[in-house]
Formats: sequence, C-alpha cells, structure tokens
Amino acid sequence: MSGTLAEKVWDAHVVRRAEGEPDLLYIDLHLIHEVTSPQAFDGLRLAGRTVRRPDLTLATEDHNVPTTPGPITDLVSKTQVDTLRRNCEEFGVRLFPMGHAEQGIVHVVGPQRGLSQPGMTIVCGDSHTSTHGAFGALAFGIGTSEVEHVLATQTLPLKPFKTMAINVEGELQPGVTAKDITLAVIAKIGTGGGQGYVLEYRGSAIRALSMEARMTVCNMSIEAGARAGMIAPDQTTFDYLKGRENAPQGADWDEAVAAWQHLCSDDDAVFDAEVDLNATTLTPFVTWGTNPGQGLPLGESVPDPETMGDDNEKAAAQHALDYMGLTAGTPLREIRVDTVFVGSCTNGRIEDLRAAADIVKGHKVADGVRMLVVPGSARVRLQAEEEGLDKVFTAAGAEWRLAGCSMCLGMNPDQLAPGERSASTSNRNFEGRQGKGGRTHLVSPLVAAATALRGTLSSPADLVDLVDAGAFEGSK
Amino acid sequence: MDAFTTHTGIGVPLRRSNVDTDQIIPAVYLKRVTRTGFEDGLFAAWRKDETFILNNPSYAAGSVLVAGSDFGTGSSREHAVWALMNYGFRVVLSSRFADIFRGNSGKQGLLTAQLAQDDIELIWKYLENEPGSAVTVDLVSRTVTAGDIVAPFEVDDYTRWRLLEGLDDISLTLRHEQDVTEFESRRPAYKPSTTVA
Repeated sequence: MSGTLAEKVWDAHVVRRAEGEPDLLYIDLHLIHEVTSPQAFDGLRLAGRTVRRPDLTLATEDHNVPTTPGPITDLVSKTQVDTLRRNCEEFGVRLFPMGHAEQGIVHVVGPQRGLSQPGMTIVCGDSHTSTHGAFGALAFGIGTSEVEHVLATQTLPLKPFKTMAINVEGELQPGVTAKDITLAVIAKIGTGGGQGYVLEYRGSAIRALSMEARMTVCNMSIEAGARAGMIAPDQTTFDYLKGRENAPQGADWDEAVAAWQHLCSDDDAVFDAEVDLNATTLTPFVTWGTNPGQGLPLGESVPDPETMGDDNEKAAAQHALDYMGLTAGTPLREIRVDTVFVGSCTNGRIEDLRAAADIVKGHKVADGVRMLVVPGSARVRLQAEEEGLDKVFTAAGAEWRLAGCSMCLGMNPDQLAPGERSASTSNRNFEGRQGKGGRTHLVSPLVAAATALRGTLSSPADLVDLVDAGAFEGSK
Repeated sequence: MDAFTTHTGIGVPLRRSNVDTDQIIPAVYLKRVTRTGFEDGLFAAWRKDETFILNNPSYAAGSVLVAGSDFGTGSSREHAVWALMNYGFRVVLSSRFADIFRGNSGKQGLLTAQLAQDDIELIWKYLENEPGSAVTVDLVSRTVTAGDIVAPFEVDDYTRWRLLEGLDDISLTLRHEQDVTEFESRRPAYKPSTTVA
C-alpha cells in the first residue's frame, strides 16, 4: 500500500490500534527543558511513577538561561532550572546544564549530536519540536500532561494527522533563504492553514537546502498551525549525520541508511492537501504584524487593513498596526529598528551565524541600533569562535552572547523595552513575545544583518553603497 | 480529573480571533513549577485594559468562554489551560481551535466545544445584550444552550468519553503496558540512546 512519509513513520510506531480510540504511538526520543517539565515530574511523583526510558530522554536548560556570564539572578527562573536539575537527578535523566559544553537550545542540541534521525518519532514540550522533521522524523510539540505521559510510558495516544504537501520548486535567488520560504508559506496558508496537518516540504528548492536550512523551514511549521513539518531524508541528511556521536556506527550505520532510504512519500501517495510555491520568484520576506502570517516581501508597503477580507480580519490587522505603531502605506524598507536579534532555534545554527557575519564583516552596526548575536548552543558558539565569527560581530559593534533562547521569548534578561522595535531571526512576532510592548519583525539572518547596518529593514541588496553586494542583486 | 457531563455558568463573549497562548498567559508566568495559581496570569496584558471583558463585573465570574476562531494558537504551553481552569473556566466555545491547545484541554478536563461561527455570533450578541447570562453546555447531547439559542457542537468521541468518565490518560495507557514492552523488543538496534557518548 502506498503512503506518505508521515504515514510511514506513524505506522512504524503504532504500539496498539483499536477501533474508536487514538493510536498508541511509541516515542523514540523525548527532549525536555526547564519550562514545561516541572509539573510533569511532579505528576509522576504524586502517582509514584518512574521514567520508563531515561535512555530515550534528554534534558537541556535553555528558555530561562541568561546569555551573559554569571548565575541566574531572577529567582523564578532559578527555581525552574533548579527544579529541572533536581528532577533529572531523582529520575535518572541526562541533563546538559548551563556551562556544560553540550548545553544549548533543545532543538539545536538534538540534531548536532546526531540524536535526531530519519524515521524517528520525537517529542518535546515545545512547539518548535517540528525542527527535527528536517531529518525525516515525525517530530512535534506536546503539552505538559503529554510530557508526563511520555515520561511514564514512552508512548502517546494520538489520532493520525492529515498530510499536506508543500511543493517548493525552482531555485532561490541570492539573498533569499529558507526563512523566506517559510515566511512565504505561512503568509500563503495563514496561521491556521496547517491545522491538523503534517506538512511535507518537497520539490527542487527543498532538496537543494542544507540540513540547517531545512531545520529552519520545519521549525516554523507550527506557525502555520501544523503539528509537524517533514522533509524526506536524502544524501544531504546522511552526510550530516555520519560520524556524529549519537548517530549509528559501523554495521548499524549501514543498516540504518538502508532503512532510511525507503523513507519518502510514494509517487502515488495522496496528500489531504497540496500547496505550491515558486522559489525562483521569492524575495526576502518580513512580517509587519503580530502573527507570523502577517508577512510581505520586503519591497512592499505596510498593508491597508481596509483592503482585507472580512470585518474580523480588518479589525485584527488594524489592531496589529496599532500595536506595531505602523501606518498603512509606509514602505517596509523605511521601518527603523532599535534592536537586531540573530539567534533562536529557528536561526541560531552555525550557517545562520556565518551568513550574518558575511554581511556585517568590516562594517559597523548603525547608530542607535543594538545587535545581539546568540548562538543556539555552546557547541555552535565554540565553532563560531574557531572561525573568528565572534570577532567579526564584536568589531561591527554587535554583542556576542552565550547560548540560549535569549530574545526569542521574554523569559530571560534579553528583552525588548516597551515600544522598542526589533528585526529578529526568531519565529514569533506575537504581542509581547520579546518583552512587554516590544514590536517584532521576523526576518532571515541576511535581512537581520543588513538591517543592523542600515538601521531600517533591509536586504543585503540594499547595501550596495556599503559593500560589494553585487552577489545579492537578485534579492532586491 | 473530574467527570464532565453538563455545565451551566456565565458566558463571556470574547470577540477576538487568533487568540494565541501568549495572550492567554504571557511567558513570564511560565516560570512557576506548580500546577495551580495561574489565574492571575490569564489574559494578563488585556486585563490591564479596564474595558476588557473580564473587567466587566457582569462577566467576571464567567465559566464559559465564547471565543473567536483559531483559539489557542502558538506556543504549546499547557499553562494556558491551567490559567483558564484556575480562573474558573470549564468550557471554551470557538469555531476553530489550535490542535495542541485542544489536545491539552481534553487531558485536563477543559471542554473545547467547536461550534459553527454563525452560532458563535448569535451567542456573542445574546451575551452582550444580556450581560451575565448563563450558558449551558451539555456534553451528553453535544449542545450549547444560551437563552433561546440551541446550538450543536463538535467534540471527538474519544475525548467526549474520557471527559464523561473523568479518565486520566496514563492509567488508560498502562492497561496496555504489555503491548509497549513487546513493541520495544522489536525496535531496531540502530535507534539512538541519549546515555551513550
């Protein structure tokens, strides 16, 4: 019987199937962090239960950690982190704490160790777990009750997801990245468009992406409302995994690759929905509103709510403009920012830092702009420093930080002040997401870097007076 | 988990769509390590606005939230459900819910009843014209009653059964522990372990 990639991975993990009940699905890897786990461990303790498979569970500290040296000073943050440490100790779960060479954002740590592999089921109490789908894994965010359920049973009762093919054909122009693909997809299908679906990204533009770029695309699937995003594994995937410490070794590797090669949607597989996107005509994308679906090509202007669908949509758009302090008709390129943030589980990997560094190299961050560069993990930080990227950023006047979720969400000291505006490589532009009253424009690392230099939302192609940006002409 | 059959309480018309979980409870409240006491964080940003619906004394004791479409989008934080329940809500009505939020709700005993948008509009008007009116949500017959309005709602059979019986998930799964053990014996050897290297 033919099937989609998502269906194949699902079927291979069904422990129990009964009429009228959800499937009981086995979970290959459970990632945990300090925010969504305390109440789950508390639940285990109350019921006298243990962690069934500590060897399939891994914890990191990320959401609360400060990205400047020193201990956590916020008492509540400290309580969460201390609670995680106590729980991991008590229940025998491996933890990468602050200061550890392997610490970092949970969705950066799993892949870089080779833990996220094709055909696996991966869960975490964090919606951006969809990141790991880049490897052809079925990876999705869960709530704290489900975290407790997986800790206790290594399974989850779930109803099958629907499948949606996102076909991205063509070749990206210089200066256009995976982030622009994902922002364009979300703008096209809306923040609810993926509801109930696993998105499978396909097509020549996706095949041409590196693993890190694929992670960026899958990471933001949740912003379209989808449960997960997936990309069928191929040689790019195998090359990335080979030799990583948690990847199969020796004969196991050969057996694994042989199995992974079958992990793709069959030619005659039927998706519940299909969406097409032309990569060739894509240009850098930025958001103007307060949800990730409110985005437009950088060359356009702030939209007029009056031109939008129904009354609810008009009101929502007007509310967004009011919050963002924007006027309809203003060219997006004229929007001035106070802060540029490069980092997060969306764009905090080494390639993202390299891309941003390439742009700022030899230049200065514009007056009045603060640029924060936050590696996604301690390992990414170390690698960036070995390549001299830290020096490129600090020479340009940017701040080079320790690994963590940082300004992606207002849970640690890195926040926007009320009314401040950022160009951010993170994933959510919700009201208050980066700090109370903060205004967020989601962008790619290239746009973030160019914006830092000019002070207004910009693409590398706008830097022609600053740098030899001929290579980026196509992105204007 | 308490069993849910029928609930009658004050209806709160929340005329907003795309209410994400950052609005239901901002990230700053996520730092707690307990399961209770999140009611102060519910809609924290909006409650600072005195015209916000829950600041109207007629609705302040509400237990049935009547929301716009795409309720509960964004972050998977279950704290959103705790905040709603700690505040006193037992039911949320909407024409569409975000998946993770809906899953989280079912597990905690918060009923997410999906109604046609037209019915939501009718109930909004009724509750705005008659502030403080009660809404009855009957899970047995899957209907919502508000004044003269009687509207059907959707909830999947399994969640409905679980809510009606008040059954918790883990005990249900542990009844099939043998199946889990058998599955584990068939897993390929190349699957990774977090405890090596």
